[in-house]
Amino acid sequence: MTGDPLFHDGVDLVDIGIMGLKVVVAFGFLLVATMFMVWFERKLISDMQNRIGPNVAGPWGLLQTFADGVKFFFKEDLRPENADPLVFRLAPYISAVTAFLSFAIVPVGGVFKDVPGTTGTVNIFGRETFLQVADPPIGILLLLAMSSIAVYGIMLAGWSSGSKYPLIGSVRASAQAISYEAALGMSVVAVVILAGTLSTHDIVAHQAGGINTWFLVTSGVIPFIVFLIAATAELNRPPFDLVEAEQELVGGFHTEYSSIRFALFFLAEFMNVITMSAIMVTLFFGGPAGPIFFGLTWFWPTIWFMSKVMVFLFIFVWFRATLPRLRYDQLMDLGWKVLIPLSLFWLMFISLKELRASNDWNWIATYAAAAGGLLLGGTLLITALRAGDRAYQKDSEDA
Amino acid sequence: MVAQNIAFGIISGIVVFSALRMVTTRNIVHSALFLVAVLAGLSGQYVLLAAEFVATTQVLVYIGAVMVLFLFGIMLTKAPIGKSMEMTGTQWPIAAGVALMLGAVILYSLIDQFGSDRLTEGGKIYRTADVGDEVFSTYIIPFEAISVLLLAALIGAIVLARKD
Repeated sequence: MTGDPLFHDGVDLVDIGIMGLKVVVAFGFLLVATMFMVWFERKLISDMQNRIGPNVAGPWGLLQTFADGVKFFFKEDLRPENADPLVFRLAPYISAVTAFLSFAIVPVGGVFKDVPGTTGTVNIFGRETFLQVADPPIGILLLLAMSSIAVYGIMLAGWSSGSKYPLIGSVRASAQAISYEAALGMSVVAVVILAGTLSTHDIVAHQAGGINTWFLVTSGVIPFIVFLIAATAELNRPPFDLVEAEQELVGGFHTEYSSIRFALFFLAEFMNVITMSAIMVTLFFGGPAGPIFFGLTWFWPTIWFMSKVMVFLFIFVWFRATLPRLRYDQLMDLGWKVLIPLSLFWLMFISLKELRASNDWNWIATYAAAAGGLLLGGTLLITALRAGDRAYQKDSEDA
Repeated sequence: MVAQNIAFGIISGIVVFSALRMVTTRNIVHSALFLVAVLAGLSGQYVLLAAEFVATTQVLVYIGAVMVLFLFGIMLTKAPIGKSMEMTGTQWPIAAGVALMLGAVILYSLIDQFGSDRLTEGGKIYRTADVGDEVFSTYIIPFEAISVLLLAALIGAIVLARKD
């Protein structure tokens, strides 16, 4: 891609070296982080459920995931007889690769000042570079593209297993993913409108300055809430984990998988949790923004970034430990009848707010028009939903 | 430009191969997956042309939504694993002929129109913002027309799916 604006003067060996270093560091960091995320989740859930959890392998059971990983490598790799051989092998890799790729656009550090486009660089080997693997001009769209490709991993895994329950699990997964992708995309667009750019680096640069310039505040919290709910659904995490509802579907789409292929799905799932948390921090919480105290100035932003990500990792585990699973129709109702209308309205409201600011329209007239639009749209929506409910009830009475 | 040409050649090879396999394979899900490969290859070509926005939109809309719906529909109705012989009907030579003729017409019109044009070095690269500006100024009427058409299709689908 003709992406990184810092490559204006062509690419030489040093640039390629730095790029390679970034990729290796990001890859290694993600793998290690995933390992500890699995431990963190198990330990935290045990605490919340008054259990001890893993405590044998290493101090506080820290090496438990490592032990599990080694065990996965040495297990027999089973493939059901009536599975589709090629697709069955392909599916885990689609999941794992897309999980890795979407992390590439997250800026993990760098000191950002108020002036967009000029800051956030660090000096490595005499070159100014961003602390993120890539900063393509399409930025955040890459995340949406990757999460839509990730659906293939789950869907093909379920189909190629040649078994009923995985197929049901994967059909549920694809329906859920395409329903929530719309809400996810629209809450991202709200941020993009405010920032005026798709690049994640510039989105972070726009939030430099303090908590009151974070998009969490300037976008009015609602896009963040919609994003959090939709992301949880995209990740197939509880309370939206109907994809792998054990009581109904054995293990869901990966029932027939074993050994290293199962480990890849597992890895992708936890890696996606980390990536989504990182994306939320980037979009709404100023990315690596935070006060810099003393000593290494480039070190503090990364610390802040990681602490913010940790908060979201905790929240995801917390969701899992406390919320009961939704029923399938409740899931669809929440997605289509609540989240999408809400994010659509909020998107239009933010656009109107921006237009008013740039064209200097009258305050009262603008917001009166917004309120009128909300009233009209809301009335139409509620009427439509009522009519739908009535038709449904009539149907079930007739049957 | 050498690297671009090599990449273009490789991607084109993959696209042509996948397109041929898409119509010759005997498994309907494999067929859909080869179509995904074709669309992904086209998206790669857009990146080579420095049209990143079009490339991601291709992935988001065609691979992420349209093809997922295709596969979804296939899996909900009938998607046997293994070969199904009825996949290739008896009329395939006619279909191949039509496809060849259509390809020839498109190829002829493209070469006739743009055959001698050269891409200028350092020409304007259209970023996402430029694409947005163009769509909402120069091409606003076609854009709105397509939007209304899509809305009509949406309402039509709902009306057809209703039982009463």
